[in-house]
Amino acid sequence: MCDTCGCESTGNEIKFTIPGKDTNHTHKHSHEHSHENEMHSHEHTHEHDSHHHHEHLHDHQQPHDNSHGSVGKKVDVGVDILNKNNLLAERNRGYFEAKNIKALNLMSSPGSGKTTLLEKTIKLISKELSVAVIEGDQQTLNDAERIKSAGAPVIQVNTGNGCHLDSNMIYKASKELNLKEDSYLFIENVGNLVCPSLFDLGESARVVIISTTEGEDKPIKYPTMFENAQLCIINKTDLLPYLDFDMERCKQYALQVNNKLEFIELSAKTEEGFVNWLNWLKKL
Amino acid sequence: MHEMSIAESIIEIAEEYAAKENAKVVTELDLSIGTLAGIEFESLEFALETCKNGTILQNTIINIDKVKAKAKCFDCNLEFEVEHLFDACPHCKSYSTQLLCGKEMQVKSLLVD
Repeated sequence: MCDTCGCESTGNEIKFTIPGKDTNHTHKHSHEHSHENEMHSHEHTHEHDSHHHHEHLHDHQQPHDNSHGSVGKKVDVGVDILNKNNLLAERNRGYFEAKNIKALNLMSSPGSGKTTLLEKTIKLISKELSVAVIEGDQQTLNDAERIKSAGAPVIQVNTGNGCHLDSNMIYKASKELNLKEDSYLFIENVGNLVCPSLFDLGESARVVIISTTEGEDKPIKYPTMFENAQLCIINKTDLLPYLDFDMERCKQYALQVNNKLEFIELSAKTEEGFVNWLNWLKKL
Repeated sequence: MHEMSIAESIIEIAEEYAAKENAKVVTELDLSIGTLAGIEFESLEFALETCKNGTILQNTIINIDKVKAKAKCFDCNLEFEVEHLFDACPHCKSYSTQLLCGKEMQVKSLLVD
């Protein structure tokens, strides 16, 4: 049980794993979720199986005998709640820009085809361009194994019970990956059309993926995800003949939320329309 | 359930500022959150209740100022209140609009003893 927030820690460890590499080399910070935006709290090195129970954050538990009057004092704060995430995201962004790394934050519901899209993308461009992948899932190395087989360096971030990636996870995962200059970094966020949209990772662009099996009103059911995306990929176009999916209506809905959104229709399975996606990447 | 992460960040910020003041007790905490910030207020209130246990904020009254979202229409310049991100301008029905406020998420102030 975490003293700070009372939540259960079981299964809530954030793990970083490169498939095929020493799996003990994980950053086992117990209760890391509660300090994910603490820039100072993860730069000391408790990286190898050490469990430090964030005593360093409990300032209030240290005794202090200052005597105060009983009149309350107002303290102005004026701090953005996501400030720490946003600051670290900007730091990531600076690092990516300095190395000319195009970082893409791919977000969608589970099952929209993000991993298949990446497998095909790696297959088609990795001879020409350098590509690396950060895979976000609550559990399992399955996606990282698929990406590794497709031929790109990959690190799996397992968020435990966490429903999104944050900038601190990307900071640490990027360090482990030894990213090359002039390359592409695909960040496959946790499959979730709600939470990831709030957390800036330092990406160059956000790509939201929906598939034709999902229903054309996704953009107005989950508008926040579409609001800050640059590109919307509509996947599984090969299934269109069997579905009632209204492509134009879907786009109209998405444009109501974000009138600058671009669209690419493709099938990651058949590679139909894929050339538009590859051209979009090259123009970034 | 990102409200839990948000609640944890709120408590962290409040603890940091309370420690700076050598506060023994935080009696009140004022937050300002936009209606289009992507926060479910009920979930946040629930998460805050859970997260503040065992901290200096255990008995703190938390006030949330819900900032109503407003947008401006690029076509007719009207400023209007927005309920959803996909609302059209009520005057000219354009979707070419820009949010002016309603996305904020701030810890505004604390009352400490």
